Amino acid sequence: MSEVRDDRQYTQTHEWILDNGDGTYTMGISDHAQALLGDMVFVELPSEGDEASQEDEFCVVESVKAASGVYAPTDLEVIEANEALDDKPELVNSSCYDDGWLVKFKAQAIDGLISAEDYADTLD
Amino acid sequence: MKHTPLYQAHIDSGGKMVDFGGWEMPLNYGSQIEEHHQVRNDVGMFDVSHMTAVDFKGVDAKKFLQTLIANDVDKLKTQGKALYSCMLNEAGGVVDDLIVYYQDDENYRMVINAGTTEKDIAWINAQAEDFDVSVEPKLDLAMIAVQGPNAREKVFAAIPGIEDVAGELKPFNAASLGGLFIARTGYTGEDGFEIMLPEKSAEFTWKMLLEVGVKPCGLGARDTLRLEAGMSLYGSEMNDEVSPLEAALTWTVDLSNEGRRFIGRDALEALKTQGVEKTIVGLVLESKGVIRDHQKVTTNLGVGEVTSGTFSPSMGKAIALASVPKGSEGMCEIEMRNKQVSAKIVKPPFVRNGKVLV
Repeated sequence: MSEVRDDRQYTQTHEWILDNGDGTYTMGISDHAQALLGDMVFVELPSEGDEASQEDEFCVVESVKAASGVYAPTDLEVIEANEALDDKPELVNSSCYDDGWLVKFKAQAIDGLISAEDYADTLD
Repeated sequence: MKHTPLYQAHIDSGGKMVDFGGWEMPLNYGSQIEEHHQVRNDVGMFDVSHMTAVDFKGVDAKKFLQTLIANDVDKLKTQGKALYSCMLNEAGGVVDDLIVYYQDDENYRMVINAGTTEKDIAWINAQAEDFDVSVEPKLDLAMIAVQGPNAREKVFAAIPGIEDVAGELKPFNAASLGGLFIARTGYTGEDGFEIMLPEKSAEFTWKMLLEVGVKPCGLGARDTLRLEAGMSLYGSEMNDEVSPLEAALTWTVDLSNEGRRFIGRDALEALKTQGVEKTIVGLVLESKGVIRDHQKVTTNLGVGEVTSGTFSPSMGKAIALASVPKGSEGMCEIEMRNKQVSAKIVKPPFVRNGKVLV
């Protein structure tokens, strides 16, 4: 069974978004997504200061099985990318909700996110 | 879906089961990259019971195989000796690739691919009509491949008596022990054995191997290992419409005996005269990303296609086999996710016996 953390929200495309409470958000992919993709081998991240419009592909996670785009959930500005993933992309597998986060960004409120409970229901 | 006799053992080991050509097989047991390293650095085992052994018996067995396959079984003189070959259609396309083991001139064993078994048996039976040979698929045999630098030692520890018959086996040779058929062959680029055994002994033998520390490995690792070893996969590097001359398998085609008119020979000779236009090469990507099957490749001589692309755990970068215009060299461009990316053309294998070679 995939783990769903109830301290954050989710997207229909299996990303999680954690509201840091100061106008910044942290984003990663869900346990369900990492399990489906399998062993991660590369993560392509944006740079600090990069801007993305809603629905832009702004990260790519690539596993032995497939490359998968990660899309901006809203208009945003990247404030930090998880550089540890350059050397250890497998953190996305082993710790998708903690050390395997992808980016931190600044944004206005984000619409259309799914609660942990509803997200867990979609996985049944 | 079809199950091998080791299905329950895979479930017990946490195997992630997938549909593999109608067989429910383990893709991995957690991490295919760890399983890959396990085989390169130590030892791992694969359930390959979905593959099929076929025995050929009769006074015409040798003559028949000399007609059926492109390599020449006349090279096989000692009991247990193995030969890799393609079996061709009249047009020179590959019906399947296989290994044939010699017992004596009237007794051979062949191992063919799982996905092609029905097609192969029908083809072989159709060709065998005028020969005094019986074609006997051994569908009740299980097959376990134990591979890695420590494979031999672990197999000897796990199965009593096996060292006496297989301890001195040279690579590409096989021996029998009761119902076991033990071949020093594999599909990983590492030393090891492929063990054929009655299906009722499969689970017990698998458990004995687990007990001495042999880790189960899935089809995911099997594919990255064979690709690093530069070994062809039927359906990817060759198929019914590709000849071995176009798939870097010329070394498996024996044209030396003019009188041996094997099936497909006329077509291969015509192709040689006319000129072979493509071949299989290796590609190494220096930048990030993973090369995927069917991506378009542009070399100094024209356009080709990736036949097998993956991430090489041993090299930490993407590698591929690709069908390209013969004589292509230097750098090439691969179209990956709407971007052109440069890759280096190399001669496979990429990795053998734990060492990176390119």
